[in-house]
Amino acid sequence: MREIISGTLLVIGTAFILISALGVVRMPDVYLRIASSTKSSTLGVGAILLATAVYFDEIGIASRAIATIIFLLITAPVAAHMMGRAAYSNGVPLWEGTLYNELKGQYDLETHTLASFEEVSKPDTNLDDIEQSST
Amino acid sequence: MRFEAFTFFILALLSIAVVIAFVRLVLGPSLPDRVVALDLMTTLGIGVIAVYAIASHQAIFLDVAIIVAMISFLGTIAFAYYLERRA
Repeated sequence: MREIISGTLLVIGTAFILISALGVVRMPDVYLRIASSTKSSTLGVGAILLATAVYFDEIGIASRAIATIIFLLITAPVAAHMMGRAAYSNGVPLWEGTLYNELKGQYDLETHTLASFEEVSKPDTNLDDIEQSST
Repeated sequence: MRFEAFTFFILALLSIAVVIAFVRLVLGPSLPDRVVALDLMTTLGIGVIAVYAIASHQAIFLDVAIIVAMISFLGTIAFAYYLERRA
């Protein structure tokens, strides 16, 4: 029974890891590759470590495996965030099919500072129009 | 005994995944691509160590997995930090 559960978890984890490796090769863009490599490989390795915990069936080993899972779950997003930030500030181009680039025009690639757009002019006329139409 | 053969099959599949990630390490047009591929390869290394712990009935290998996870995280953070400084 232990071996069946452990083997199922191993198969699930390996499937996710293979998908993540394929995604790293097939995705068109650094940022999509980061997304692919972080999420599904963390899930896959987590499933494999869970399989180890189930297989050995000992509280000391299970606690070590679960500590590793928690460590991976905490550190993988941080590493992915820093890699994406470094890639963007290095000027790595985005995929041409990208729909949203919210940093566009706000991040200065020369000085590496982030600035908002110029102050939006006060909506003085529009407010009056709205009030008049409502009353 | 059959379960051990099964774990070696899993190890073979994980090795294929490492090879696929290595393709991106070789191809990768930019440096962040290569760093992402290296990060994925070390994460897969953690999985390989965990499966090998099952295959050899040595739970002590899980300690190695924890240390590899920490070092891979530090390595990725260092790469990202110096990439950002270099830019």
